Amino acid sequence: MDLAPVIDGFGVVLQPENLLYCLIGVTVGMLVGVLPGLGPAATVAILLPITLTVEPVTAIIMLAGIFYGAQYGGTITSVLLRLPGEASSVVTVFDGYAMARQGRAGAALGIAAIGSFVGGTLAIVGLTFFAPFVASFALDFGPPEYTVLAILGILLVASVGSGTLVKALIAAAIGLLLATIGRDGFTGSERFTFDVLQLSDGIDFVPIAMGVFGLGEILYNLEERHKATKAPTKVTNVLPTRADLKQSSGAIGRGSVIGFFLGILPGGGAVLSSLAAYAYEKKRSANPERFGQGAIEGVAAPESANNAAATSSFIPLLTLGIPANATIAVIYGALLIQGVTPGPQLVDEHPDIFWGVVNSMYVGNILLLIMSIPAIGLFVKILQVRAAILAPITVLITLIGAYTIANSVFDIFLVCLFGAIGYLMKKVGLEPGPLVLAFVLGVLLETALRRSLILFGGDPTGFVTRPISGTLVAILVAVIAFPVIAKLWKSKTREKELV
Amino acid sequence: MTPEAEPESVEELVAQWEDEKSPAAGPVTNIATGALVALLGVAGVIGSRSLGLGSAAQPGPGTWPLIISIALIVLGLLLVVRARTAGFGEKFNVHSWGVLAGLASMIAFTLLIGNIGFEIPAALLAFFWLKVLGNESWRASLVGAVLMPVVFYLIFVTGLSTNIPHLF
Repeated sequence: MDLAPVIDGFGVVLQPENLLYCLIGVTVGMLVGVLPGLGPAATVAILLPITLTVEPVTAIIMLAGIFYGAQYGGTITSVLLRLPGEASSVVTVFDGYAMARQGRAGAALGIAAIGSFVGGTLAIVGLTFFAPFVASFALDFGPPEYTVLAILGILLVASVGSGTLVKALIAAAIGLLLATIGRDGFTGSERFTFDVLQLSDGIDFVPIAMGVFGLGEILYNLEERHKATKAPTKVTNVLPTRADLKQSSGAIGRGSVIGFFLGILPGGGAVLSSLAAYAYEKKRSANPERFGQGAIEGVAAPESANNAAATSSFIPLLTLGIPANATIAVIYGALLIQGVTPGPQLVDEHPDIFWGVVNSMYVGNILLLIMSIPAIGLFVKILQVRAAILAPITVLITLIGAYTIANSVFDIFLVCLFGAIGYLMKKVGLEPGPLVLAFVLGVLLETALRRSLILFGGDPTGFVTRPISGTLVAILVAVIAFPVIAKLWKSKTREKELV
Repeated sequence: MTPEAEPESVEELVAQWEDEKSPAAGPVTNIATGALVALLGVAGVIGSRSLGLGSAAQPGPGTWPLIISIALIVLGLLLVVRARTAGFGEKFNVHSWGVLAGLASMIAFTLLIGNIGFEIPAALLAFFWLKVLGNESWRASLVGAVLMPVVFYLIFVTGLSTNIPHLF
């Protein structure tokens, strides 16, 4: 492996502008992790217009920082408010909150920060060596492989969501249909534009992401925030003791490895890996009854895992051009807007972007460690900021930002429209993630499919007979079959439990 | 908004999360959603046909939309059939009117911004969200309504020099 571009990547990171945007990114990420309401996908979507004003590498450094920074911040609400800020911090609440009740909130936060740092950093090292390998493998991919890969990515993301599969697939199909609006790339004929001039170039990704993720979430929170508030637990010393470190070092290591590998899977990501890491620690513990009562491993393992997963989930994006989760889908969109198509060629054609972004994560993780240990008091104070004050600020950033994309009032209307759609989707139980992901992949998928069909002379068995796409089809079938089998198995064991 | 009791154990904590969940919408919502999705699919099929379907060897502009539309019909009907087990959304509640009002305020903002710039609409929107939707005090709402447009002016007009329409 040629290390020169890796080293050059550090040169990119150390440029003052990139360092500044990295700092902004991780700080914003930490904030949205702490603050209730807006998640990382919504925040990244809302800030998309700002990224248009800077270089692609700078933009992605910032957006990536928001994503992995949110994993750090989410711990604070889990431990102090027994409220999982992000889905990936749910299991942290069990032991984190129990520790807080025993007056050990500081130790829980400290170990989570150290675990997050170790998990994140190990995953960057893994990413550095693993990603170019995957990319070189994918260089041979043609349209048929991309067709199967894109379908696989959408299915995986749909199948691990919090809702049911049917609903996730509906959301994905709507996303794909939205992507067909505008001029057909092959024939030039207009599709579903209803003679609206602004639609002839298709709907831009930015208003969809800003609306469905950003405004949709803001509107939904208007309803949610009328619930009871919680008073945060007091924090004193965040430095874990030597005994704490000794007790959790194994859990941190194992959590990092589990997180790294699960994070690579599209859809796997941070949520699944934190659950898996927690379950594994509990299983291998000599006294599993401690879990849920304030076992420090129960905080260390999932927090290390979700950070490792957040980092490794960049692998499918940077090497295959397939986003692994909702937030990464928005980052993918941001790259496309900047004229950079992520895929196997990225590492060769844009080494500055590839290594700049990857190496910026080292800096980001160090900054986050500083924010999470010495500067934690600041972020704990932020817990007291009221949602009612934040809401109009985020609304105005979104609406004004929407205008600045193309200096068009029509785009603000689109954002409002998709905001309403995003809210309604949440109300009827449709997840916005698969819609946005499918929309992003829609054009790629259609182009690849049509090219493949022309290549095969209309014979769809061509997908199976080509070695690589055939293998991918086999994985696809396994992905579809797995939940069905798992469900059968689950219902059987449940029957046994009842007996 | 009152602070709630502290749960003593993980079980109590999980129970508390369950209690805090908004009431679930029933299967009727799923049936309506499924039917709407299937109708969207039917409209998609009609639209795709008029675009030209082409053939498998020479796909036309309507081929891909047709495939998705058929998928929508199938998935929509599947949701109708499995309405009882497909997981529920949430019921609308009294605060849903606030959402509608919030949305209306954004549309009003959008309609005004092209004519009178962003400052006054932003102040009005901020005040509405703080006082009416957010139940903040008069003082906080007024301060916010003045401060927010000023800060946004400094960021978007003075700082980033975007072309956002402005009065001043």
